[in-house]
Amino acid sequence: MKFWRLPLDAGSHSIPIGELHIIKDRCKGCGFCIEFCPNQVLKEAPEFNKKGYHPPLVTKQGECVNCNLCEIICPEFAIYSVLKEYKELTAEDIAGYSKK
Amino acid sequence: MKIRYQPIVPFDQEGFNRLKDEQHGLHPDDQYLKPGRIPHIWCPGCGLGVVLNTYINALKMTGIPIDRSVVVSGIGCTGRVAGYLNMDTYHTTHGRAIPFATGLSLTRPDLSVTVFSGDGDLFAIGGNHFIHAARRNVNLKVICVNNFNYGMTGGQVAPTTPVSARTTTTPYGNSEASFNLPYLAHASGAVYVARWTTFHARQLVNAIAETFSIDGFTFIEVIAPCPVGYGRPNKIGSGLDEMIYYKENSIVQNGADPRNVDIALKGKIVVGKFSEEKRPTFLGEYEEKILKKFRRTET
Ligand SMILES: Cc1ncc(C[n+]2csc(CCOP(=O)(O)OP(=O)(O)O)c2C)c(N)n1
Ligand code: SF4
Ligand code: SF4
Ligand code: SF4
Repeated sequence: MKFWRLPLDAGSHSIPIGELHIIKDRCKGCGFCIEFCPNQVLKEAPEFNKKGYHPPLVTKQGECVNCNLCEIICPEFAIYSVLKEYKELTAEDIAGYSKK
Repeated sequence: MKIRYQPIVPFDQEGFNRLKDEQHGLHPDDQYLKPGRIPHIWCPGCGLGVVLNTYINALKMTGIPIDRSVVVSGIGCTGRVAGYLNMDTYHTTHGRAIPFATGLSLTRPDLSVTVFSGDGDLFAIGGNHFIHAARRNVNLKVICVNNFNYGMTGGQVAPTTPVSARTTTTPYGNSEASFNLPYLAHASGAVYVARWTTFHARQLVNAIAETFSIDGFTFIEVIAPCPVGYGRPNKIGSGLDEMIYYKENSIVQNGADPRNVDIALKGKIVVGKFSEEKRPTFLGEYEEKILKKFRRTET
C-alpha cells in the first residue's frame, strides 16, 4: 500500500515502542524469533551462550513495535517485550511503510 | 574382572536451589512455570515449547485463575507439559489422559479441564477414549500436538504419519493411510474443531482462549515441528525450516469441510476453525434424564 502524504488523522495514531528483554542463557538457538519478527529487529548474535547456542541480538533498537510475537513464539521463554512508550506518527514512518 | 560402580552422588539440593533462585522469575510467564524446571527437555527447534507458551498466554488472556484450571497429559514428549506448569497437572499413563480427565471433569464441574497430549497418545493407544468422550460430549478442552510421529520413543510411525513419510519404523516410506484428525473429531461429536500450526501462534492463543468458555468437548489440533523424529528423515530440515514450510504452505480456511483437510507429506495444510455447534453435554443430559427422575421420587 502506498501513501502520498501523511494521513489527515495521523495525530490520533501512534506507534508503540517495545523494550526487549533477552534471557540469553535460556535460548536454544531455534531462530523462530529472528525469522518471524515482522520488523526484522533481531539477528543471531555472534557469541555463544552458556549452552553453546547463538541467542538473538537486537539490531534496530527503537524499531520494535511491541507486538509480542517473539514472546509467544519462543519455545524457551527466553525473550519478551514490554511497552516503553508511544511514538508520534511522522512522515518518515509513512514513507518507510510505503517502501516495504 | 572387577566391576567398578559409579559412586553415588547425593542430590545437590543447595545447587538446585541456587539454580532455581538465579533462573526462575526472569520471564513474566515464569509465574505459570514450576520453579527450577526451565530449561525443559525438548529439543532445539521443537514446537512443543511454542504450544506451552500459547497455552499460558491463553490463560493470561482469559484471566482464568490457575487454581481453577487443570491440565491432564498422557505419555510422550507432549505429555511432559504436565511437569512444567505450576498448577494442578496430572501426568497419566499412556493413552489414558482422557479417561482420567473425564472423571475429573464430572466430579469437579467447576474446574476447567484441559487435555494436553500427543497424536500417538490420543489417537493410537488412546483412540477409543477419544471418540467416546467426544460422542458423550464430556466437558473437556483437548489440545492435540500432532508432530506426525512418536517423538519420545525415537521417531516411530504414528496413525497420523502421512503416506510415503519416512520414520524409523518405515524406512522405505509409510504405506498406511493416516488419520485426518479434525474429521475424526468432528464425526465423533466434538462441538468445536480447529487446526493451527505453531507458526500461527497468535491464532492459537485466541483459539485456546475461545475454547475455555465453550461447554462441551472441544478439539484443537496443533501441527508442530519435531525436527528429530520427522523433519530430518523426511528432509524437511530443522525446526525453523519446518516453521517456514508451515508459513508458506498453510491455507487459512475457516469453516472448511473437515473431510477435505487431509495432510499429505510436504503438502498444503488447511488451518482455521472448522466447526462450532451446540449440543447437550454429558453431565447436563445425565442430570436431566436420570438424576431428575430420582429426585422426583425422593420428594
Ligand atoms: C503402555 C505403553 N506403551 C508404550 C509406551 C511407549 N511410549 C512412550 S511415548 C509413546 C508415543 C508418544 O507419541 P506421541 O503421543 O505422538 O507424543 P510425542 O512424543 O510425539 O509428543 C510410546 C509409544 C508407554 N510408555 N506405555
Ligand atoms: S515484539 Fe514484535 S517487533 Fe518487537 S522484536 Fe518481538 S516480534 Fe519484533
Ligand atoms: S525463539 Fe527463543 S529459543 Fe528461539 S532463538 Fe529466539 S530466543 Fe532463542
Ligand atoms: S523428539 Fe521431537 S517432539 Fe520430542 S522433544 Fe525432540 S523435537 Fe520435540
